[in-house]
Amino acid sequence: MAEEHGRKWDRCLADSARTGFGVGVVFSRVSFHTRIASLCRPNVARCVGSGMGLGMGYSNCQHDFRSPYLLHGHMVKDQ
Amino acid sequence: GMDVKRICFTSLSLQKCLCGNGAAQPMQSCRRYTSAGDSGSVAGKIVAASLLTVGGGVGGTILYAKWDPKFRAAVEKGVPYSDQLFEMTIGPPPPPPVIPLPKKPVKVEPLQISSVSEASKDSKQPQQMKEKKVAKEEKPPVQQEAPPLPQTIEGENTVVLLFSSEFMQRFSSVQWSHAHVGVSTAEECKECEHEAHAHVVKERPEEVVSARLAAQDRCFNAMLHQTEHVKFLKTTFLDDTLGSSAKLTLQAIGAQEAALSAIANHTSKLKEAMDAEGPSDKTSAQWRSLEDALNERSRAADEAGAALLKAKEELEKLRKVINAAKDSKIDAARPQILAAEENLHSMVVDLDRAVGKVQTAQMEAKIVSQYSELVNEAKAQFQKELDSITPEIQANWKGLTGKLSPDDLNSLIAHAHRRIDQLNRELAEQRVREQIHIEAALDQQRLENQKTLDKAVGTAISHSREQMRLEQEKKIEDVREVMEAEMRTQLRRQAAAHTDHLRDVLKVQEQELRAEAQEVLSSKLMEQETNYRRVTQDQLDAFTLDMNAAYARLKGIEEAIDSHVVAEEEARKAHQLWLSVEALTYSLKTAVADSPTEPLETAAKAVRESCADNEFAVALASALPEESLSRGIYSEASLRARFYQIRGLVRRVAMINETRNSLYQYFLSYLQSVLLFEPEQLAPPTKLKPEDLDTFKLLSYATYSIERGDLELAAKFINQLTGEPRRVAQDWLKEARLTLETRQVVNLLSAYANAVGLGTTQAP
Repeated sequence: MAEEHGRKWDRCLADSARTGFGVGVVFSRVSFHTRIASLCRPNVARCVGSGMGLGMGYSNCQHDFRSPYLLHGHMVKDQ
Repeated sequence: GMDVKRICFTSLSLQKCLCGNGAAQPMQSCRRYTSAGDSGSVAGKIVAASLLTVGGGVGGTILYAKWDPKFRAAVEKGVPYSDQLFEMTIGPPPPPPVIPLPKKPVKVEPLQISSVSEASKDSKQPQQMKEKKVAKEEKPPVQQEAPPLPQTIEGENTVVLLFSSEFMQRFSSVQWSHAHVGVSTAEECKECEHEAHAHVVKERPEEVVSARLAAQDRCFNAMLHQTEHVKFLKTTFLDDTLGSSAKLTLQAIGAQEAALSAIANHTSKLKEAMDAEGPSDKTSAQWRSLEDALNERSRAADEAGAALLKAKEELEKLRKVINAAKDSKIDAARPQILAAEENLHSMVVDLDRAVGKVQTAQMEAKIVSQYSELVNEAKAQFQKELDSITPEIQANWKGLTGKLSPDDLNSLIAHAHRRIDQLNRELAEQRVREQIHIEAALDQQRLENQKTLDKAVGTAISHSREQMRLEQEKKIEDVREVMEAEMRTQLRRQAAAHTDHLRDVLKVQEQELRAEAQEVLSSKLMEQETNYRRVTQDQLDAFTLDMNAAYARLKGIEEAIDSHVVAEEEARKAHQLWLSVEALTYSLKTAVADSPTEPLETAAKAVRESCADNEFAVALASALPEESLSRGIYSEASLRARFYQIRGLVRRVAMINETRNSLYQYFLSYLQSVLLFEPEQLAPPTKLKPEDLDTFKLLSYATYSIERGDLELAAKFINQLTGEPRRVAQDWLKEARLTLETRQVVNLLSAYANAVGLGTTQAP
């Protein structure tokens, strides 16, 4: 379990970074291509994207960390 | 490994040693080969020695059996097929010795003999037999001895059979015409006697006795017939004697008569010759006829004498026979006897008369002959004188008349005259003497007459006495006959009654004796039977006892062995268990650094195998957690190490739980862990208070415990963690739990194995 925790963290960070960077890159590219104007520099876009990505990663992480505590219900049909 | 081998060697287990089998067997087979080589020659020697012994025993037995037939018989009785062996080698067995007939026939005989003698108690038979015996003594000289019978039989009884056999034998020797009948009856008797003997030899008492009774009845009847026949024979004997005597008497009488006539003739002739002085030729003829008559007379006299002798002899015989018959007192023959006596008497009388006649005639003849003699003498004298006077003239003087001279004649006349004178004188003298003589003679004659008279009177008296006696005896005889007849009937009746009675008594006696004998036999048999049963029962009991004892001992031994086996088994099992537990324990120690131990599967399997029948151990063995079996468990050191890792991690996520599990919380928790200082180790209290359930405190307690080696307590503390720290420590906890579990089980098993081993191990 401890390793998992550690793994989780690794994944988290990695995902976050990836996601952030990916999203950022994607966003920047997209924004660059689509020229969403006010997002001036690609860095911003990247930042925004990264930020979004990081956020997403963060959320993912959080979700991942919370996963054991999330309860899933099942519908049981009465027979 | 080594321990196992050693234990396999030393144990008596029936299961195959898992490891030591291959090593042990070749050695054992080697040992067997080496011992087999030596035993080969020894076995040969033993076989040879046993063969020799057996052969010697058999040969010795055969030789001894050849020498001693009793031994042979005993062996033949005991060993089957030995008789065939003996016959093959020695030959047929010797015949059993001839046993002489026992005295049983003697013993059985008196029974039937006595019956016969009883039946004829006052019988005539013995007497008849005696008479026969006496009579037969007169018989022709062949007299055979009676067959020898044993002395144990009574004299009277002996007499009966004795005489029957004697009778039979004598009859066989007698060659009379009437003997045919006698022989037949004798044969009958012989047959019945032989029957009796034969039956006795066969020894079948009941039928034999009855048969013998019947035979004896027949014998009795035969004897009766014999008596009749004896009487008949007696009478025939008598008759014969009578006949012969009568014949002879008649002959004698005839002879006497002839003699008488001859004498008379002779006398007359003589007288004629005397008186006749006729011519010489006539005289000579007369003299010749006289001589003839004399010869005739002498002859007749001789004949008569001989006949008389014979007749007298015969009469004597007859008298003797009659006396004997009278002595024997056979009543039935009495009339014959009397008749015979009468005949005898008459014959005697006739004979006497004839003899008397002859005697008188003889006397007369004697007188006449004397007279003639005298005359002849005188004539001779005269002649002599004449011769002396006239010597030349001889011979017949009657023929002399022409030849004589006158002188001669004168002389002759003178002589004659002188002679005449002399004769006259003599005559006168004689007359005188005659008178005297006559008187004397008369006296003598009177005397003789008296004598003869007396004799005649005597004989007449005797005759008349005899006659009277005969008459009396006849009367007696008649009466006796009547009485005899009556007695006979009575006796017959009595005999019959007696035989019946005897038969009954004998039957009863036989029954009684038989019952008695049967009883004795059965009692003896019973006794023997009970004895035998008792003995066999004793034997059986003893044997059963022995068998039971032996069986009980055997059972005891078996049980002891079984219990030993069981104990050994148990011990072995315990050892095995212990070994396997030790292996398990050892395998627990194989954990290297952070890698778990080898999987405990094999060890656990070994443990399970070694304790297959022990529920407790089985339960324990199966209580091992799966993880430990498949993957093995971590050592305590690794757990300790990991604990520290966990500790750190737990500290970092101490704040996180279900409610607070955002990343920010994570950060805060991390911050807390950095900033919070608590003692690494805290001695846990004996009682936990709720405020002790803080993560960091728990961790401290756990650390303390783990440092002290108390994994269990540490696990307990770790178990109190909540939230995320719990989740994080779950892994470690699981491992710790696993280890603890396994260790607990192993400890239990080892303790159990130890306990079992202690129980089964015996102190040396």
